[in-house]
Amino acid sequence: MSLWPTEPMVQASLVAIILVSIGIIFTLTYFKKWGWLWREWITTVDHKKIGIMYLICALLMLFRGGVDALLMRIQLAFPDLQFLDAQHYNEIFTTHGTIMILFMAMPFLFAMFNIVVPLQIGARDVAFPYLNAVSFWLFFFGALLFNISFVLGGAPDAGWVNYPPLSELTFSPGPGIDYYLLSLQISGIGSIATGINFLVTILKMRAPGMSMMRMPMFSWSVLASCIVIIFAFPALTAALALLSLDRIVGTHFFTMLHGGNPMMYMNLFWIWGHPEVYIVILPAYGVFSEVVSTFSKKRLFGYKSMVASLLLISVASYLVWVHHFFTMGSSAGVNSFFAVASMAIAIPTGVKVFNWLFTMFRGRIRLSLPMLWMLAFIPTFALGGATGVMLAVAPADYQFHNSYFLIAHFHQVLIGGVVYGMLAGLYYWWPKMFGFQLVEKLGKWAFWLFNIGFYVCFMPQYALGLMGMTRRMYEYPSGMGWNGLNQVSTVGAFIMGIGFLLIVAQILYSIRHGKRDTTGDPWNGRTLEWSLPSPVPHYNFVRIPEVKGRDAWWMMKQEKGDEATSTPSSSIQPIHMPNSSGLPFLMSLAFFVAGFGLVFHQFALAAVGGIGIGICLFLRSLEQDEGYMLSPKEIRRIESAQGRL
Amino acid sequence: MNEQGVERDETKMRRSSLGKMLLLAVPFLLTGCRDRFLVLDPAGPVAETEYNMIVLSAVLISIVVIPVIGLLIYIVRKYRDRPGNDAPYQPEWADSKRLEIVWWGIPIVIIAVLSVFTVRDTFALTQPPSDQEPVTIQVTSLDWKWMFQYPESGVATVNYAKIPAGVPVQFVLTSDAPMNSFWVPQLGGQTYTMPGMAMRMWLQADQPGTYYGHGANFTGKEFAKMEFDVIAEKPSEFKEWTKQVKESKPKMTKEDYKQLKEPGVVEEKTFSSYPSDLFKEIVMKNGGIYRKEEHQHILND
Ligand code: HEM
Ligand SMILES: [Cu+2]
Repeated sequence: MSLWPTEPMVQASLVAIILVSIGIIFTLTYFKKWGWLWREWITTVDHKKIGIMYLICALLMLFRGGVDALLMRIQLAFPDLQFLDAQHYNEIFTTHGTIMILFMAMPFLFAMFNIVVPLQIGARDVAFPYLNAVSFWLFFFGALLFNISFVLGGAPDAGWVNYPPLSELTFSPGPGIDYYLLSLQISGIGSIATGINFLVTILKMRAPGMSMMRMPMFSWSVLASCIVIIFAFPALTAALALLSLDRIVGTHFFTMLHGGNPMMYMNLFWIWGHPEVYIVILPAYGVFSEVVSTFSKKRLFGYKSMVASLLLISVASYLVWVHHFFTMGSSAGVNSFFAVASMAIAIPTGVKVFNWLFTMFRGRIRLSLPMLWMLAFIPTFALGGATGVMLAVAPADYQFHNSYFLIAHFHQVLIGGVVYGMLAGLYYWWPKMFGFQLVEKLGKWAFWLFNIGFYVCFMPQYALGLMGMTRRMYEYPSGMGWNGLNQVSTVGAFIMGIGFLLIVAQILYSIRHGKRDTTGDPWNGRTLEWSLPSPVPHYNFVRIPEVKGRDAWWMMKQEKGDEATSTPSSSIQPIHMPNSSGLPFLMSLAFFVAGFGLVFHQFALAAVGGIGIGICLFLRSLEQDEGYMLSPKEIRRIESAQGRL
Repeated sequence: MNEQGVERDETKMRRSSLGKMLLLAVPFLLTGCRDRFLVLDPAGPVAETEYNMIVLSAVLISIVVIPVIGLLIYIVRKYRDRPGNDAPYQPEWADSKRLEIVWWGIPIVIIAVLSVFTVRDTFALTQPPSDQEPVTIQVTSLDWKWMFQYPESGVATVNYAKIPAGVPVQFVLTSDAPMNSFWVPQLGGQTYTMPGMAMRMWLQADQPGTYYGHGANFTGKEFAKMEFDVIAEKPSEFKEWTKQVKESKPKMTKEDYKQLKEPGVVEEKTFSSYPSDLFKEIVMKNGGIYRKEEHQHILND
């Protein structure tokens, strides 16, 4: 089979990819940056740098997923339009959904986990820095494998849920589905490892004095999210593995013939899939809790309730998966149970909303960018949660299911919740990551455009659902009265697109013109990350802080005033640091090779990749890696450069 | 002071024009084309039940959503960090048992009420919507078309179905292609059509009319074309139609079915008969054979 594509759109994408790659290679070579790239980034095990790499990938994927979205919205702007053909449209909505959840939302979260959690709990790194690098590179190569599918052989086209029997060989013979299966599998291993890593980090590496009930709310939300990851992702792993076996070696787990049962896949998929939506929303709740308290200059209201509701949600999220297929004909008893359980999730969610509101009540509210996104989140999410409850009413869901009403619901919670949350986090912790602030004005424009665009884009979709329009239609008849609302929705999507571009512009502009953050505490923060200089030195804390209560840094400032940041030079001890390693990168590259081989059923290539993985594991097992000690002299040099001595 | 006044006027103006825009949008959305909102325009008891649940759930959740948005606006306006803002400031106040009980309590009550009705109607919808003698229609989703078989009279149609108005119709659903979903919004919500399964769904049209239907679960390339009409007629006319079809339309042979099953889009078709046991065969060969007991009662009815 020739890999060179025949269609103009695919050819154009391929040419663009090749040109950009050549450009990057040329620039790196010209400025002699290869060594720097290898030493400082590819081999790093520093959680802050890994976080930044996750962040860059997430923003790139947001861009790609966003372009997919605009292509779809152009196609739907008019009935019977011939802009995309059926095959392309189907590929594009599949890649859009998969990318946004797995290759945009997940790395965005992991960026925040990495950048913030160790700083917030007073740790020098995560529990397993090497494993952390493995996670990142597995995600990276998984995403790469997924993204090349469009130009090499054809993208998956069975929807992000990838239901068999449509996704079985009989109906989808090309490599697209195999790309989906293998890339999700590879990045999924990384996600499980991240879940374990941060769970252990939070349980074991908190600074002295930081009991669980003194932990900042973001760290609590990461803990809850990690618990869900650890219990939910294995179900996805199993579903993907069984379907891969069906396709690659001819088993019959989910086929139509020979006793396969596609319904089993749907159960496995949603046993992961529903918890997944909570995996991505819980950390966003955490971000909002931090932001609302900082920008209201007030303690977080109802801390205990907030913790209880996080944990309740993470447990309950395992008990609701059937609401994604009420229409599969389960008995009335089963549907009733899952309907009531799903609605019940709204209770702790509602409690959180009231606690956020009352954090602001009798506070002093500053409308900086992180807070603006927080404020926009509340009504958006309240509405999205409300339509979630409507969907959970099984008899009503028989009408909503797979219609545009459902599409509107989950975009409202995913964009209004997860994307707003991650943007709030991005604005909030940006100075901590990079040492300068983002200019407000462009950001405000972006904020308003994105928000208005959101409502213009998605409110009409509720109406379209009620008018009977189903999802995943590449074209629709003109006599149904759907034309106008579809056009409005497309306009909204473009307004959001402009909003996104302004955010990019804001970042680029601020690199030169943003105000430097010399204090390390630009927002008058409350948690430990704000006690550190920005950007944070690679060892994080010179001395591990002693925590005396919630909002530890706030208390230190109250107690010591300006003295809070300075360290007596004499008290500096040597610091033990982990070594960098190229193995995580190389092993993940081997995973990529193996995955690519399996996609095209080239078993020799797959074996080469497999052997590569084996060698890397073997080398790591034999490695004697004691890390190294950072001398007090070196530490003193770094600290005094930051004005901290 | 002057400046502040100007600012306030401006926001007021902005707000009122926003209000006007919303007011303009409401009739456009609701009255201008209410008949377009198929889900909100039920034409039978099943869709009616579902419609009532939609309205009830919308009302109940507004009890929480509206106060939340109201509170948000109030709080943000009142507690801005402005010099001279003399609203109370209590940075350490972060706990109130009484308030917490209120906002755990209210959602619990709302969800409990909604749950009772949900469970009631989930059970109700598994029963025939009225006690008239029902009609059975077997539905098969194919790539990318719908086949309807009438076991009582032996006729078959493609991409449209005729039903008698005022009579409960038992649709028995399967698929000889990837899983789809059978949805006729004005008559009632959907059920999946699955290979190797025979699912039952009750619908009923109260009045004669033509009702839009569409597959609701993605099945590949031309899924967007899986539209069909359900045409309800007076029972006497329905009988008459069946008779005419029997007399004037071609038979469906095994060969015809094989062709129909080939992936592609086709026009409406009508057949006076079909190979005996075709539906059962479709269910059995796609895996029904492994779940015989489950389906026996539906297939033999
Ligand atoms: C109050 C809380 C919520 C409830 C009761 C709820 C309920 C539901 C129900 C019943 C469905 C299935 C509808 C159907 O397929 O017919 C659904 C779909 C979905 N929900 Fe929610 N939801 C809630 C919150 C969320 C949140 C917080 C997220 C993500 C951040 C989310 C993301 C999704 C997604 C992605 C889907 C659709 C997946 C697909 O079919 O492609 N939901 N929700
Ligand atoms: Cu769910």
